[in-house]
Amino acid sequence: MTPVGRDDETIGGLFRKMQVERLLFSVALLFCIFLLAVVSIAIGSAGIDAGDVLTAVLAGIAPGHFTPDPMAYTIVWDLRLHRVLFAIVAGFGLAVAGAVMQGVLRNPLASPFTLGIASAASFGAALTIIVLPAAVSSDTAIVISAFSMSIIAAGAIYGLSRYRGITSESMVLAGIILMYLFGAMTSFLQYTGTTEQLQAVVFWMFGSLQRTSWEKLALVTAVVGIVTPLLIWRSWDLNALTLGDQVAQSLGVRVGISRTLTMVAASLITASIICFTGTIGFIGLVSPHITRLAIGGDHRYLIVASGLIGALILLASDSLGRTLLAPQIIPVGIMTSFIGIPFFLYLFMRRKEEYW
Amino acid sequence: MRLEVQDLSFSYEKRQVLDGISLAVEGGEVVGVLGPNGSGKTTLIKCINHILVPEGSVRFGDRDIGSMHPVERARRIAYVPQALSVGMAMSVFESVMIGRRPHVSWGIGEDDIAMVTATLGDLGIQELAFRKVTQISGGERQKVMIARALVQDPALLLLDEPTSALDLRHQLEVMGILRFHAERKQIGVLLAIHDLNLAARFCDRVVILSHGRVRGDGPPAEILTEEMIREVYGVRAMVTRESGISVIVPVSPEGEVP
Repeated sequence: MTPVGRDDETIGGLFRKMQVERLLFSVALLFCIFLLAVVSIAIGSAGIDAGDVLTAVLAGIAPGHFTPDPMAYTIVWDLRLHRVLFAIVAGFGLAVAGAVMQGVLRNPLASPFTLGIASAASFGAALTIIVLPAAVSSDTAIVISAFSMSIIAAGAIYGLSRYRGITSESMVLAGIILMYLFGAMTSFLQYTGTTEQLQAVVFWMFGSLQRTSWEKLALVTAVVGIVTPLLIWRSWDLNALTLGDQVAQSLGVRVGISRTLTMVAASLITASIICFTGTIGFIGLVSPHITRLAIGGDHRYLIVASGLIGALILLASDSLGRTLLAPQIIPVGIMTSFIGIPFFLYLFMRRKEEYW
Repeated sequence: MRLEVQDLSFSYEKRQVLDGISLAVEGGEVVGVLGPNGSGKTTLIKCINHILVPEGSVRFGDRDIGSMHPVERARRIAYVPQALSVGMAMSVFESVMIGRRPHVSWGIGEDDIAMVTATLGDLGIQELAFRKVTQISGGERQKVMIARALVQDPALLLLDEPTSALDLRHQLEVMGILRFHAERKQIGVLLAIHDLNLAARFCDRVVILSHGRVRGDGPPAEILTEEMIREVYGVRAMVTRESGISVIVPVSPEGEVP
């Protein structure tokens, strides 16, 4: 518990100190992510030591100034670096989307999953894998179909809730309805598919970073990189919305517009990630909670810090997933829960006070 | 600055809730809106703040409230609703700071910190500054929400039953705080209130609503008569005076044997 001073200077001083601590929290997370990234690139069927990893990375960034081991260079740049970076960007984006959705809907259970956006993506993937002839159902077709379905789901949430006023309750209800609807449609497709198709769908739904590439990384980074600053910029709206729609309105927030835009932004981030990875659950739900427990609910800090926690969890999950049963790779969607839940439970049990 | 409401009407779908309301609030004045449940008090306050869009005119200073930009309106008018939602995982200090939204662009400046600190002091809740809003009592939370409205630095403060969930001591404290701020900063305060005795003691004027119309408007001592209470609430009451302030003792609902 922070000590509480009685004189005015102390309260202002403590608040400033808290703000600095929050920045430091994010800086520390960045450092952890960097370390873990180096380790993650180093481990694998062909082990490279950390020094060679750094040299190889630097040699790729500034050619001519470093002389890397040629094999390390190839492994780093062709195989592992984009996967590690993808894990970081994807984890970041999913957690940012979750933090924003929970805030704007004032609902601790809101996430890309509970709002049906992920199940819509699964349906899109299943549709391509099962219904389209094998010749057409390429990787690209799956990505496009999954992405389109997520965006359709986001649009449907908006459309349905518009009917009853764009409140948090109507959006959450609309999201849950869509989650079940898309879930049922996916099950139906699976019921009609062949064993091989079923296997492909199930594997897609596990979520995996196997299919990453530099091109996909560039696309996802562009979306996350453009949308996240917009969300951070609207932090005060998100803070005001936690006090209720009417108070937010009395503080000058255009509630309907603000809620719609932030939900669209969060959905766009989510869709652009999971169309490549398949459903990676849990990160969007739990990273914001971990962050709130650690640094509180001010969205000016929460959004970025949640993203960094998400990046850390996804990177750790993928690294463990690659090594735990090597050469078998455990899909990252499974690992995120195994890693994230104990972490969350620890914080949840330790901090007994009601924090939401 | 003066709030002037003229011929304001509002309907939810087909049900008319407010019908031709006219009233005014001067800077520094505390005005209580009284009336039975369903008489339109909450709706009136929301209409004045443009959370609901009424027919008729609501002017503040020389401006029509409907034509103001939302942020501009938020710099002049603050609102504390009856149902209190508190921030998620936020400290008291942070919750109050949210009231600065109409004035800040993104970063929090020294003057914002100073203002929140001073307001917490004025309300006597500086010890709670770094407690979580979910961990304090209802009375304390009401003060936090009033502090949030005050750091908005408004010229008009609207409150919907700020005392109805509070114990006796907090009722008096909260009303005292509102009086004090009205006088010190010349803020106009308009509040919906159920407790006739609190209204009589703390309000400069009371406006009585009944079935969406104004039944009376004036100083409490003139308006809160036994006859008015019987007509509006259907309650027999005794009205006496204690050091210049009306004291209302409800006796029995009309038509029942006392």
